[in-house]
Amino acid sequence: MTEPVTTESSTTAKSGVDVASFASRRTLVLRRFVRNKPAVVSIAILVLLFIGCYALPPLLPYSYSDLDYFALQQPPSTDHWFGTNALGQDLLAQTLRGMQKSLLIGVCVAFISTVIAATVGTIAGYFGGWRDRSLMWIVDLMLVVPSFLLVTIVVQRTKGDIVWMIVLLSVFSWMISSRIVRGMTMSLREREFVVAARYMGVSNTRIILRHIIPNVASIIIIDTALNVGIAVLAETALSYLGFGVQPPDVSLGTLIASGTPSATTFPWLFLFPAGALVLIIFCANLIGDGLRDALDPSSKALRRRKARK
Amino acid sequence: MTRFLARRLLNYLVLLALASFVAYILAAWQFNPLENLLSRNPRPPEAVIEAKRLELHLDKPLLVQFGLWASGVVQGDFGTTVSGQPVTDELWRRVGVSLRLLVLGSVIGTVAGVVIGAWGAIRQYRLSDRVITALSLLVISTPSFVMATLLILSALGLNSAFGVQLFEFTGETSPDAVGGAWNQFVDRLQHLVLPTLTLALGGMAGYSRYQRNAMLDVLGQDFIRTARAKGLTRRRALFKHGLRTALIPMATMFAYSFAGLFTGAVFVEKIFGWHGMGEWFIQGLNTQDINIISAIVVFAGVTVLLAGLLSDIIYAALDPRVRVT
Repeated sequence: MTEPVTTESSTTAKSGVDVASFASRRTLVLRRFVRNKPAVVSIAILVLLFIGCYALPPLLPYSYSDLDYFALQQPPSTDHWFGTNALGQDLLAQTLRGMQKSLLIGVCVAFISTVIAATVGTIAGYFGGWRDRSLMWIVDLMLVVPSFLLVTIVVQRTKGDIVWMIVLLSVFSWMISSRIVRGMTMSLREREFVVAARYMGVSNTRIILRHIIPNVASIIIIDTALNVGIAVLAETALSYLGFGVQPPDVSLGTLIASGTPSATTFPWLFLFPAGALVLIIFCANLIGDGLRDALDPSSKALRRRKARK
Repeated sequence: MTRFLARRLLNYLVLLALASFVAYILAAWQFNPLENLLSRNPRPPEAVIEAKRLELHLDKPLLVQFGLWASGVVQGDFGTTVSGQPVTDELWRRVGVSLRLLVLGSVIGTVAGVVIGAWGAIRQYRLSDRVITALSLLVISTPSFVMATLLILSALGLNSAFGVQLFEFTGETSPDAVGGAWNQFVDRLQHLVLPTLTLALGGMAGYSRYQRNAMLDVLGQDFIRTARAKGLTRRRALFKHGLRTALIPMATMFAYSFAGLFTGAVFVEKIFGWHGMGEWFIQGLNTQDINIISAIVVFAGVTVLLAGLLSDIIYAALDPRVRVT
């Protein structure tokens, strides 16, 4: 999805200044995003990581569970690029395997929780009244309990099943986004085009889908990107404590956990999985930031004003 | 003001009661506290298991279990662990440990974050601002369990560079601490630095980003220009008029971020070997102990509640519009 997008907008940008005044909002946003170099680079890195962690393992001589008895606890070499652990398992293969899990869970959780946030937020904001009050109460309630604690309570029983982890993490990570969506929906509710649609007899569901959602789309897109980072973090945190992905399977969290005790003596056991994890979250955050700059014009206006001074 | 706070307090208390209800029911539904007993080898006689089952009220329906537990909690009794020790004693022993970490971490994180963020906003797009922005994003992207280990690694480097044991990273005190109040204090301080820094760094990075944005919003406002026009120095205008306004949204953030801080404390305590609530939580999960877990959720809820109340007070103090209600 991302590749054609970048090339297309770079050609439009080249085609001249006068086109700019006729450019659609979509092209404008794209152009603004492409100008943000760190964000574009992060998208490229994240896509590469995603493809790499699925395409590379079959090409490697070792799978993540193979034991190499001739290379126990070896530092990185040409044979084992990331080194090996005490059992002789290849750390590169393990890190890739862990990234598959973390990225898959991260992306799924981000999408599902954003869908929940958008649904709850628009319903609460559009209808108001008892729906608003009860939904916001649930949000408040879920924010008071550290949701991480509740997830760990339930996830224990699921024995590291990925689907369950995705469901649980999604259920506990939509609250703050839904508040933002609700706030935006409330201001949209009174706008002329919504009122007009209502007087024309358009059904509420249709108004929300056709008129409200497109107008809060920017915040939803930004949130999805930022939620990827948060979800990856939550998954690795669970696995780190031993409540997420279960051995013999590995995740970045379990790899970091097993590398931590020997971080001082065999640093590669800790540094490579930890580096991969930080890189993923860092890229997701940079993309979210870039999207915010591109989609949210208010942050731009200020920048220009300050720059002129 | 008092009425506003009373209303907020009532709201928080109801939420806390509901939250502990949810947590207790979830735990009681998911956990099987007898599992440890059953998997013991040789397996204890049936009568022992049955007695334990009755003692822990596992034969009763969930709601009755919760009722029994809640009536105890109201009287300050959190029940017993699976192995029979009273939860309340252990709770009090551990509360101090965790609170020290949480309070220090949140205060240092918030204050430093606000200062850094405000400073970055004033110096927007200079080199220092760019470095701060990039660094804070990097810190946000680093989970606390990675951060803690990285700090330990660098502390080890520093220790060997200076040739003295400058930083300690296991436990709260050294077992062989030499006498004297001053030495004890220094010893505790050495143990405190790294865990607190781990917790504070995350907060610092988060707050500095929000504070920078809020401050930038405020700096473009007319009242700053007015303040400058009526003859205030730039510094006075920024601090008296700018910072105060930019702090208001931070007050709300404070309440929400406290829950996240508690999660961070779980990892920090585990890695640095502190015997606080976070470490206990992991123990409780491993022994599938309903009472321990519920007590910890109540504690976490109370801290979030206090943080929320505090942020309401700060909000009311900063924002003159709140006082009317």
